[in-house]
Amino acid sequence: MKALFWRELKLSSQVGGGMLTGVLFFLTIVAVMPFAIGPDLKLLARIGPAVLWTGALLASLLGLDRLFQQEREDGSLDILLMQETPPALLVFVKAFAHWVANGLPLVLAVPIFGIILNMSPIGIGATMLTLAVGTPAITFIGAVGAAVTVSLPRGGLLLSILVLPLTVPILIFGVTAINGAVEDPAPFLPPFMILCALTLFFSALGSLAAGWVLKQSTD
Amino acid sequence: MSETIIKQNTSIWDYANPTRFLGIADRIIPWLGGATILCIGLGLYLGFSAPEDYQQGSTVLIMFIHVPASWVAMMSYSVMTMSAIGTLVWRHPLADISLRAAAPIGAAFTFLGLLTGALWGKPMWGTYWVWDARLTSFLVLLIIYLGIIALAKAIEEPTTAARSLAIITLVGSINIPIIKFSVDWWNTLHQPASVSRLAKPAMDAVFLYPLLTMAVGFSLFFFTVHLMKMRNEILKRRIRTMKMTAARQAERG
Repeated sequence: MKALFWRELKLSSQVGGGMLTGVLFFLTIVAVMPFAIGPDLKLLARIGPAVLWTGALLASLLGLDRLFQQEREDGSLDILLMQETPPALLVFVKAFAHWVANGLPLVLAVPIFGIILNMSPIGIGATMLTLAVGTPAITFIGAVGAAVTVSLPRGGLLLSILVLPLTVPILIFGVTAINGAVEDPAPFLPPFMILCALTLFFSALGSLAAGWVLKQSTD
Repeated sequence: MSETIIKQNTSIWDYANPTRFLGIADRIIPWLGGATILCIGLGLYLGFSAPEDYQQGSTVLIMFIHVPASWVAMMSYSVMTMSAIGTLVWRHPLADISLRAAAPIGAAFTFLGLLTGALWGKPMWGTYWVWDARLTSFLVLLIIYLGIIALAKAIEEPTTAARSLAIITLVGSINIPIIKFSVDWWNTLHQPASVSRLAKPAMDAVFLYPLLTMAVGFSLFFFTVHLMKMRNEILKRRIRTMKMTAARQAERG
């Protein structure tokens, strides 16, 4: 499993510079927002967390269709699935590696974008924390979508349509937690805890469901 | 124990035979259709003869469409969830057909619920759309429906399509309560309850009876259309098989 994890990491950093593309996409979304909204720094500071979360959500959807597709095409997915390890574990490791390669850079890029958006240091820290906890859930939900659309030639768009509505709770609790950290009366911990719970829940559910679909689609 | 299992099996698999299902559907559909017309007719009559609400005036009539449509929209997803379990657990051949047939009907009712809600909201709240918890979660439900329909159209190979649809439907059904809960949370934080004050001063029988009649009528309508769509789908698949055999024979000959 460790070997698989490192292999995934290496592959996703090599192929098409996936890491960089995600962050660049994130940057463009964040940079385009002020053009649409206007250069009012106060307003930007207020909606900063929302912009960052939306951008991260869209950016983490970007590479999801490659999660299983390439390996299915060259046949290595079948070999992986034929081993004795349960497919759910396999999906879990693959999705986690995918998150480390594509989700973690987004989290690390937040301070720069936060400064552009005139956010306070506490706000930036809270955004990083919630994104670090919340984006894995997006990857795990996306794994189900990726497994379902793996056989489709252009499944990427369909995948986004399927996955986006299911990620609504994560977005809500992520942004609520940041607001809780920045504004005084609103609480930080309850939404943050729920966010953690959602990630844990979807890491189990998503892995199981995606593993099942992949197993079925091979025979 | 074993007896009951066998009994259950036979009762489930009785309907697995498409020909038998078609026979039963052919017999039931006219009755269901008739009952639908009766119920909706009666409901409309009762609704229109109901007095005007002292606050809402004649717009209260929209409720007789809006509320049943929303109920049926949710019922349709339950039917799809049960069908998904049927596909995954028993590999029941009709479960997939049932899921496919229910999705567009559910989407249509969800849309109808949103549309009538918007039309009702304009005179009542002064705006077509509020980011109210219920409206928002219904909008998400509509998007989920549309995603499922898009997926159903995208995958050509029938067995893969059946499993993928079932899994996505199940994941959706687990997620829908979470979405509902999170949207409620989001809504209470963002805006104080301006909408829910309007809701439910205990309903008078004059409004309750037509509402319930309409709800039964809408449900019957759902089942009628659902059965008809399932029948169509079975026939379509038969035509597809026949075409494929014909093509194969033509190739040989």
